[in-house]
Amino acid sequence: MSILVNRNTKVIVQGITGSHGSFHTKQMLEYGTKIVAGVTPGKKGEKVEGVPVFNRVEEAVKETGANASVIYVPARFAADAIKEAFSAGIRLVVCITEGIPALQMARLKEELEGKPVTLIGPNCPGIITPDECKIGIMPGYIHKRGAVGVLSRSGTLTYEAVWQMTSRGIGQSTCIGIGGDPILGTTFVEGLELFEKDPETKATLLIGEIGGSAEEEASELIERKVSKPVIAFVAGQTAPPGKRMGHAGAIIGGSSERAQDKIARLRKAGVHVADSPARIGEAVEEALRSKK
Amino acid sequence: MNLHEYQAKEIFRQYGIPIPSGKVARTPEEAVAAARALASDKLVVKAQIHAGGRGKGGGIIKVQGQAEVSQAAKKLLGTRLKTPQTGPSGQPIDQVLVEVQTEISKEYYAAIILDRSRAKPCLVFSESGGMEIEEVAKKSPQAIRKITFSPRSGLNHTEVRQFLKETKIDSKDIEALSRILSMLAKIFLEKDASLVEINPLVKKPSGDLLALDAKIRIDDNALELHPELASLHDSRQEDPRETEAKKFGLSYVGLDGNIGCMVNGAGLAMATMDLIKLAGGEPANFLDVGGGASQEKVTAAFRIILTDPKVQAILVNIFGGIMRCDVVAEGILAAVKGLGLKVPLVVRLEGTKVKEGKEILKKSGLKVMSAESLEEAAKKAVSCVHSR
Repeated sequence: MSILVNRNTKVIVQGITGSHGSFHTKQMLEYGTKIVAGVTPGKKGEKVEGVPVFNRVEEAVKETGANASVIYVPARFAADAIKEAFSAGIRLVVCITEGIPALQMARLKEELEGKPVTLIGPNCPGIITPDECKIGIMPGYIHKRGAVGVLSRSGTLTYEAVWQMTSRGIGQSTCIGIGGDPILGTTFVEGLELFEKDPETKATLLIGEIGGSAEEEASELIERKVSKPVIAFVAGQTAPPGKRMGHAGAIIGGSSERAQDKIARLRKAGVHVADSPARIGEAVEEALRSKK
Repeated sequence: MNLHEYQAKEIFRQYGIPIPSGKVARTPEEAVAAARALASDKLVVKAQIHAGGRGKGGGIIKVQGQAEVSQAAKKLLGTRLKTPQTGPSGQPIDQVLVEVQTEISKEYYAAIILDRSRAKPCLVFSESGGMEIEEVAKKSPQAIRKITFSPRSGLNHTEVRQFLKETKIDSKDIEALSRILSMLAKIFLEKDASLVEINPLVKKPSGDLLALDAKIRIDDNALELHPELASLHDSRQEDPRETEAKKFGLSYVGLDGNIGCMVNGAGLAMATMDLIKLAGGEPANFLDVGGGASQEKVTAAFRIILTDPKVQAILVNIFGGIMRCDVVAEGILAAVKGLGLKVPLVVRLEGTKVKEGKEILKKSGLKVMSAESLEEAAKKAVSCVHSR
């Protein structure tokens, strides 16, 4: 088992004819992902890496039975691309694109409220279930199939953490880069709930960073609902507080956005927190060993 | 992107939010002319910088008469203002806002921000306005009230009125306040702001309400949609290295240490800085080269790092995903040759095309210290600096 994606996931690439889209289509195909179609308006009939291109997601779904989509289109078209995919019946959309205005995402998220769909990202590296399905831009070879679920707000720091685990022989069930934007489709909380229910996942690794309150919300959920061990690292312990213009950002959560406070909160919830980014793999190993 | 107070107040004026009469001035002469035009004796001269805490830093001067306006403008213009929210070198004052003084009988706080966890905009309101709103938040969080609203339909007058009725606010103020707050929400949504703040929102002895200060920050990702706002950008308020970095799609923040860093990805960049510190060193900067790196980008990154005279060693940490290690390696070579790099360079490559990348560096014959792991890279960079 794994979460959200597996060997049966049939993927559409939106923006397949662009330079990122075509490059990563090749990489995903080489990894073994079932890419069944591409979409670029006006490019119907073309092929990219042997994958047929359609004008609209709806046509592509009808022709291929796709159930997931990955988005590489430029920021100004991305919100519409996400909407198009969901209205064509796609249940899982992974948005790699960065630079989408936050309010556009907030409006989109409100439209999706209560619908049985999953959006990952935007501004994220994607999702991978090792040896089965890679949707996104992460290098495939650093992963190894196993029992640790990974949820991360970062891109390349996730690769670092995964590589440390793989080098120690610790595999992953599914890794999700949830993204770095203020408004995200899938949060730590939703990811933790999915991993809690997945029989293959024995522990979850969270990679957090300064800003926002995602780690605080994760801590609350862990205290109430998560029985499996959780390991975490929070980047930015040495980042100096930035220049600020107003005070409202710090006021909203009623709590601090500093790494130190996030770490303290996670520890209070029983999370194993790695102090050094070079010790993430080690921390996962220790947590798995000390598991009751 | 931050707007200046005078720019934000102009937007307030367009939306019907009352502001004090005022004029912006770039020279002491303009300030005197402004004072004359305002036809008032009691004035205030306010430094226009992109940071709060101006009162504490001495950037807001109350004056009486035109001679004092001139003095205050001379004292502020062309200097740098340090406040608790600026860095130690402060921010340049290129403009002052000359305003008519306002008599205050009550101060409120109002802001619209994005509540990330609820994914909706949020009105933050307090009856305890003024300078120490952050203290209020810490000591008596119940004094700060919040309401989230739909990013599609906004916050209407009736909703705000209902929200205010639940407070102890003088019922006479509710009508005018709710009009101002719903306009604030409208500005937030229509301008793609990430912050709109009035602190303080004052009540005059006459009962009239007035936005005494104004802060607006626009979502950088939305600037393309608002060219009229993008044109208000004041690059003089930024570190010139940050501005230069932005031109190349790099994200740079200058710090106080001596190990220059070039990393792909913000999270990994922060983690690399954390590790340098754990190894006993101090990072000179945060630099995220972003996704697709070209040779041009890598060269620009080196050039910007080297404009900092404190830099005694450079640590490059690349975990290739989109970015290919061979391209990065070529970029490093070109930069080292082109810029005549004199400080030690530690490079750690991992990810897409790592073998090719390492091979390129090895064959080049350049003095590049390579590192296999993140920890080794940090330790090597720190020992370079310590042995100097």
